[in-house]
Amino acid sequence: MSSIEPAASAAQSRVHAAAQGRWQALPLIADPRLRWGLNLAVLVYIALVWGSTDVNWQRVYQGLDRGAAFVASFMSPDFISRGGDILAGLQESLTMTLVATVIGIVLAVPVGLGAARNIAPAPVYFFCRTLIALSRTFQEIIIAILFVTMFGFGPLAGVFTLAFATIGFMAKLLAEDIEDAMNEPMEAIRATGASWLQWINYAVQPQVMPRLIGLSLYRMDINFRESAIIGIVGAGGIGATLNTSINRYDYDTSAAILLLIIGIVLMSEYFSGYVRQWTQ
Amino acid sequence: MLTLEGLSKRYSTGDLALDQVSLQVPAGQVMALIGPSGAGKSTLIRCVNRLIEPTAGSVVLDDVDITRLRGAGLRQARRQIGMIFQSHALVERLSVMENVLSGRLAYVGFWRSYFRRYPPSDIQQAYLLLQRVGLESMLDKRGDELSGGQKQRVGIARALMQNPKLLLVDEPTASLDPKTSRQIMRLICELSREQHLAAIINIHDVSLAQQFVDRVVGLRAGKIVFDGHPDALTAEILTLIYGEEDWDASRDEAAEQDSAALSQPDPLATIARGAHP
Amino acid sequence: MFANGRNEMPLKLTDNKPEWQRREPLQQYAIWAGWMLGVMLFLLCWKVISDNTIWEFLDDAGAQGLSLVGRMIPLDWSITGSLLLPLWDTLNIATVGTALGVLIAFPLAFLAARNTTPHPALRGLALGVIVSSRSINALIWAMLLVTIVGPGIFAGMLAIALRSIGFVGKLLYEAIEEIQPTPVEAITATGASSNQVLAYGVLPQIMPAFAGITVYRWDINIRESTVLGLVGAGGIGLQMNAAINNLAWGQVATVFVLIFATVVLSEWVSAKVRHAVI
Repeated sequence: MSSIEPAASAAQSRVHAAAQGRWQALPLIADPRLRWGLNLAVLVYIALVWGSTDVNWQRVYQGLDRGAAFVASFMSPDFISRGGDILAGLQESLTMTLVATVIGIVLAVPVGLGAARNIAPAPVYFFCRTLIALSRTFQEIIIAILFVTMFGFGPLAGVFTLAFATIGFMAKLLAEDIEDAMNEPMEAIRATGASWLQWINYAVQPQVMPRLIGLSLYRMDINFRESAIIGIVGAGGIGATLNTSINRYDYDTSAAILLLIIGIVLMSEYFSGYVRQWTQ
Repeated sequence: MLTLEGLSKRYSTGDLALDQVSLQVPAGQVMALIGPSGAGKSTLIRCVNRLIEPTAGSVVLDDVDITRLRGAGLRQARRQIGMIFQSHALVERLSVMENVLSGRLAYVGFWRSYFRRYPPSDIQQAYLLLQRVGLESMLDKRGDELSGGQKQRVGIARALMQNPKLLLVDEPTASLDPKTSRQIMRLICELSREQHLAAIINIHDVSLAQQFVDRVVGLRAGKIVFDGHPDALTAEILTLIYGEEDWDASRDEAAEQDSAALSQPDPLATIARGAHP
Repeated sequence: MFANGRNEMPLKLTDNKPEWQRREPLQQYAIWAGWMLGVMLFLLCWKVISDNTIWEFLDDAGAQGLSLVGRMIPLDWSITGSLLLPLWDTLNIATVGTALGVLIAFPLAFLAARNTTPHPALRGLALGVIVSSRSINALIWAMLLVTIVGPGIFAGMLAIALRSIGFVGKLLYEAIEEIQPTPVEAITATGASSNQVLAYGVLPQIMPAFAGITVYRWDINIRESTVLGLVGAGGIGLQMNAAINNLAWGQVATVFVLIFATVVLSEWVSAKVRHAVI
């Protein structure tokens, strides 16, 4: 009872003050100790970061010319000199993306089903959830390094890397969707005596499908962008060529590759918007 | 006080929403605007403060032609026109007090308004208005914590914070239940009379309009087809405005509804009638 | 034909007995054709990949994997002390980078949103910046910046910032386009200036989305920042790179564990904040 009164009288005093022309907006965080604590923490953090960050401003100043050269190179991109490498690299990146996304989505279905608490038995649940956690925690390039060690250089390692990353991404969302899905239709189908597979097909799938299409397209977009990097560690794709051109300050070639990447991402965005409309 | 002269609005699709509307509203007159959907009532109201740009004609408020104004001049003119909306007009995440004070935005500089540093006179006025509409204890409640009727009251207080000369009211009761509708209509009309404001109320509930307003203007297909006293709304006139219908039967029904509402105790009526000047 | 007008589940009369099909025949064929095309494309791409693969390596992939794990397993905890400062650097790269990116993305989103942009040309420009920033990963930005401003965490911070502009900008301008228009109309009708309309009508409506998007991106950026060191842009990636080059897999495993712990923590913080701002 006593905790209600202070709040009520605080509100009353604000009303009273307003009647006399005094009013201030309430702060975002009501608890003053929390508010001051957070503000202090932020200030302390800024001070610490300032202290521990060593920026060599001289070097930055010297580098500005090179920066300008990089920006200027977008006006004169060079698709020709290393055209062969670029074409081969892009081909690898695109094929890797498609194959990895498909394999990843296909495998994500059983993993996602196994990671949904309301339909998976406990050991399966824990195994799948661990798999998903490992896949999502590490950036694709770390996974690429491991797979290159296991499978050797080349796009196969890249396919497995992206597929593994796709599994983690899609399976987690799939599992969440299944866990959130309404129980009534699920039980209704069960009650008709349907087999487990039929149950998945008629009760689980329709509730979960629409979002999955959009997410698959989104993941394909991410996979393409990642495929442009993992080449740095030897997992195929255009990353190797890009890395080389940057290290040699061959900015015209870099600009060409980057423009191609931006162009492909733009096109895929239009395409996915179209597909989403068509499936709606 | 407000003169509309030949006001027209033609949309780029070719639709003529308003066709040479001319009318005069003297200070202190509460006027209802009735008509079927698509007749142009909302368009007319929004052309007055130029939320919609008229394609022809003029809007003159106290010798100032609003249609000729730009930028700061237009904003100054808008200050004098308070507008009350049908629904969703409050900024839901802001408190009641902030919503009411936003009526003074045109009188207060950007940074003062951003940091909510309003002058004490504004705060007192806001408090008094909230008291007048019965919500002074809800100063700090968020907009989305209020009921429909309460939100409308806040909207009314906000409009009056501007100390306007003219009130434009767009379907104030459309999303409210019959009893709250009466309370809100009564509140708007009483406040207009108290502060000697002109008011144009866009409303579809004809019987509700008839009970509270001084003058009724009927709009059909962008043209004025009736302009007179609420009692002059016979069945023939209503047919002219809305089309064929069994008007007498629906009027009896409406009368029954009203008498039922009147027989229930109305605790907020005393507040609406204003204990304080 | 159902009331919604779409011929979704047409009824066919066969021998005067209604037969229910899920789709119109033509639609059915189109879908089959689409699937066939997709499968063919997939097989084509698979061929390209396998042509570039030395399949012999695959035979001992399993053995390789196990031996890799074997080399990692006695984790080398001795380097943990030397990893704390790089971890702190990684955290800063992510946080400062996100802050910088959000600072730029915020006004950019207003320029890119249909309902708040002052001019369609500016809108096009803003959208162009957002798309470019979105298409290029932080690691690529880092590679470029290391050659321009030199190796170190400054390059890392800029790389994260440049990537975040696109992500935050896109989600933010979509949120701006989805606000309710009537409160904005109402504030305009009081005679407020356009800045006041933004501050009172638009800003409060997008605040929850803004906070959620920022924290979400910060969480992703923590992950991204861990690998920037591979190209010299600071953070724990440097230690990881060194350990891998030395084939000191025990140390690599320790780095992995630390990264895992950090990401789990940041995800927890991110979920908590996003939950609190609804």
